[in-house]
Amino acid sequence: MAGGTPGLFRRFARNRAALLGLVILLVVVGLALAAPTLYPRNPLRIVGPAELWPLQDPRFPLGTDSIGRNIAAIIAHGARATLLIGIFASLTATLIGVTIGAAAGWFGGWVDELLMRLTEMFQVVPGLVFVLTIVSILGGTVENITIAVGVVSWTGIARLTRAEFLTLRDREFVQACRAMGMPDWRIVLAEVLPNALPPVIVLSSLAVASAILFESAVSFLGLGDPQVASWGRLVGEGRTLIRSSWYISAVPGVAIMLMVLALNLIGDGLNDALNPKLRNR
Amino acid sequence: MSGLEVRGLSVALFTRAGVLPALSGVSLRVPPGRTLALVGESGCGKSMTALAIMRLLPEPPARIVAGQVMLDGVDLAALPERRMLAVRGKAVSMIFQDPMSSLNPVATVGEQIVEVLRRHEGLGGRAARQRAVELLELVGIPDAAARLDEYPHRLSGGMCQRVMIAIAIACRPALLVADEPTTALDVTVQAQILELLQRLQAETGMALLLITHDLGVVAEMADEVAVMYAGRIVEQGPVDAVFDAPLHPYTRGLIGATPSGGTAGRHARLADIPGSVPGLAELPAGCAFAPRCPLAFGACGAQPALLAQAPGHVVACFAAEGVPADAAAAGA
Repeated sequence: MAGGTPGLFRRFARNRAALLGLVILLVVVGLALAAPTLYPRNPLRIVGPAELWPLQDPRFPLGTDSIGRNIAAIIAHGARATLLIGIFASLTATLIGVTIGAAAGWFGGWVDELLMRLTEMFQVVPGLVFVLTIVSILGGTVENITIAVGVVSWTGIARLTRAEFLTLRDREFVQACRAMGMPDWRIVLAEVLPNALPPVIVLSSLAVASAILFESAVSFLGLGDPQVASWGRLVGEGRTLIRSSWYISAVPGVAIMLMVLALNLIGDGLNDALNPKLRNR
Repeated sequence: MSGLEVRGLSVALFTRAGVLPALSGVSLRVPPGRTLALVGESGCGKSMTALAIMRLLPEPPARIVAGQVMLDGVDLAALPERRMLAVRGKAVSMIFQDPMSSLNPVATVGEQIVEVLRRHEGLGGRAARQRAVELLELVGIPDAAARLDEYPHRLSGGMCQRVMIAIAIACRPALLVADEPTTALDVTVQAQILELLQRLQAETGMALLLITHDLGVVAEMADEVAVMYAGRIVEQGPVDAVFDAPLHPYTRGLIGATPSGGTAGRHARLADIPGSVPGLAELPAGCAFAPRCPLAFGACGAQPALLAQAPGHVVACFAAEGVPADAAAAGA
């Protein structure tokens, strides 16, 4: 919010579950930052015996995978890829969604019609199929996955922003801003947008979670970058051994689950904290 | 001349159902330091007139199709939007009916005042803040420096309207348009806000166009009053003349429908005007008030012209033409 609303964190922290989500997120961020220090060498290097169960060898606290790579190192380095893709894909989606939604809601008329039909065209294609198509055409680098996920995730944000703009556009303060001589572009950016953002921020935080799931799915299917450690790829590689060494899939699976859960809890907490109607409770 | 002079202003709504006349030939004069009240029922075109003067009509469907809005020698109706941006908030300002929703809920009071100072006066930083404090003090907000960092939801309705007034007068406008500025406020606060407007007008010499349906406010505030019905001015004149001797049957109806507040009127039933304002699509030919008018006769099928019945007192009514003012008043 403009100028920083005092007590935003306190309102957020009142939601215990959201606080737990924040703690999990901070642990993952810490892990991602510490990965090069903890495991300075390539995490995809073979370092020990294959299929070593967790807690057997202090060098491999989470065990080793089917060819003897350190799962803990893959999880730590994978956190970097997961976070980067999640955050930048969500930013891409938010940027596209807010721009299109704001234009549609503000201008209305044929602009609105055109942009909403475009949005629907994106909505009718199943997200994962769309992502896989883009990635298989452009190649499975981290950048391409980020862009692909961003390009399929903006529709909800666009519709939400449009709805916010539609209600805000006719509010009296917008008229009052006009009456004081503000040009339209300034009213949109400085007056209407800050009012529309709180629910959009919540949706964006949830988009990070879904972006992580997309990345995991792409990597699980083996379309990700083979040079980059990834949680989803590890789940996929472990599935052939699911009957004997199920931990190979389970460890990164739990990591993905915790991360997505944490982001959803944070989204809920933000929703409470940013909702002006709950502000004075 | 200086001040506001509206000449023959006509606004039409371009809808699927056809072109509807929202305003027809509205002419007004508000000299500097004077107050003109625009009264009438909801839907009669009061707010439409204000928005047309500010060039804030919802376009489409509304558009000015004829007339001039002269402010200090410049025709606002003909200015391109780019130049109009420099006029709004500087030469003409407007305050609205609901002060609570007229302020941006996510910006502080100070930010919103500084915005207009930066835009029109080129003030920034410390100077703008200093001026904002002065403005809040001018509109009677206690502890102004501290209030600057408050968000609007922390202020009462009366305080919000004071802030709106501070923003409106920040650049010493030649004309202030007040669209029902006290309708949403408590009675006691209403009186304070009206008093504030009068004091500021005396200090700055601005012209005030006051839109209201409260005839008590008109009597209190205005020098002149213009009564509107269905997009036309039907009677206009000095407040005393119009209130003492209303010539148009609609004006008489409005005055008759106002509780007097005195003991005489306590037990008397209020006289209402039967029917309601016709929609723009079903305006009758001729005088639009004729279907509700107790005095309507054959001639009312034509549009009556706005003619002077006394110096400065004009009325558009065939029944009032040639009828001496005191006789018409006696018939009220």
